[in-house]
Amino acid sequence: MPARRIIPCLDVKDGRVVKGIQFRDHRDVGDIVESAMRYREEGADELVFYDIAASAERRSLDPEWVRRIARVIDIPFAVAGGVRTRDQAAACLDAGADKVSINSPALERPALIEELARDFGSQCVVLGVDSFEADGDYWVKQYTGSPDATRDTGRRTLDWVKEATDRGVGEVVLNCMRRDGVRTGYDLAHTRAVVQTASVPVIASGGAGAPEHFRDAFVEAGASGALAATVFHDRLIPIPDLKEYLAACGIEMRR
Amino acid sequence: MNLVIVDVGCGNIGSVGIAFERFGLSPRITGDGEAISTADKVILPGVGAAGYAMGEIARRGLAPVLRALRQPVLGICLGMQILFEHSEEEDTACLGIIPGAVRRLDPAPGRPVPHMGWSRLQVRDEEIGLRSGDYVYFAHSFACDEGAATVASADYGREIPAAVRAGNFLGAQFHPERSGEAGARFLESFLDA
Repeated sequence: MPARRIIPCLDVKDGRVVKGIQFRDHRDVGDIVESAMRYREEGADELVFYDIAASAERRSLDPEWVRRIARVIDIPFAVAGGVRTRDQAAACLDAGADKVSINSPALERPALIEELARDFGSQCVVLGVDSFEADGDYWVKQYTGSPDATRDTGRRTLDWVKEATDRGVGEVVLNCMRRDGVRTGYDLAHTRAVVQTASVPVIASGGAGAPEHFRDAFVEAGASGALAATVFHDRLIPIPDLKEYLAACGIEMRR
Repeated sequence: MNLVIVDVGCGNIGSVGIAFERFGLSPRITGDGEAISTADKVILPGVGAAGYAMGEIARRGLAPVLRALRQPVLGICLGMQILFEHSEEEDTACLGIIPGAVRRLDPAPGRPVPHMGWSRLQVRDEEIGLRSGDYVYFAHSFACDEGAATVASADYGREIPAAVRAGNFLGAQFHPERSGEAGARFLESFLDA
């Protein structure tokens, strides 16, 4: 495996970076380009930008802010939010994004995955999964960007991950919704189950609150990357210190 | 400097162009054979599938133009793979400038495919601006054969050529435009060559 990746996630609303708790009550945390540069300087391996309202508002993210980011940073970044056509994905890639992450639109029309993988290659197509624990299993939710629009899909998470990787996604970001923003650690058992189901890299998301949580995501769950927002935005865990800690645990880090 | 990015109809020309703008250059994106032949330096980008890219190159009559280039040429990712003879991706005949084939990476436990992320390099020729121990960013499901052209490699179950050189042709399997300071050194070295 390559060096394990530390991935700050920046939720975007109206061209600004915001953060909510369990997908609600968003507050402004900064300018998008300044945030991107700050994380690049601190040693983030990759960035993810989610336009959290786009899908629920039935629109695609704006390539204009993608271009602003692409101009200033020299590390990879993925963008997400309401991309539901080949041309919308092409606009993001042409604006300089390395990967496009799709979530609700792929659930609406799974053939979108094949269309994007065929034209741009699997390595450009990321599947975002919002997974919710209920009745002893994990289920996929849709339109999670807005509490009023959020709905159950009736799909089991592992079934959906299997189908989507068969259709051609090149990476899975697994967001465990009950852990989002609460800082009690990643859902290790669920993440490990997804890692074992998918032949593509899996990124753990939701629940990071301490350096040990990152270690566990890599060592216990086998994730290729660990995504977090709150602990980085609020400077609770400085990325250089985190990487030093993980390297001391014997985990390969880019430094 | 008259720097040309070959337009092969694939995505992600965006980030490659922007990388060169950071060096104060204004690369021209073109599929015109004459403009490519007369450029000082040529970039062969590529994200997408080998079959599609070679189809676009054939449709524009660019295969003989690209093979005949004598100025420095840099192929990035798929742009490096199509310098080889053949790709398993859609069973595609490629440009044949570098001996060998491009083969699918097989996933294994702890080794997912695509090979995605920052891998550590072993560098055989530091003239390309890279040093052993540098980390650069990869995102690919197919890899070139190891051979005499390899000047830097990464380990992914087998030794994967990360950079190749044959005469005036240089190739990078990784994405220099997204590989931070190491990637910038590599691009600078190409521009200075």
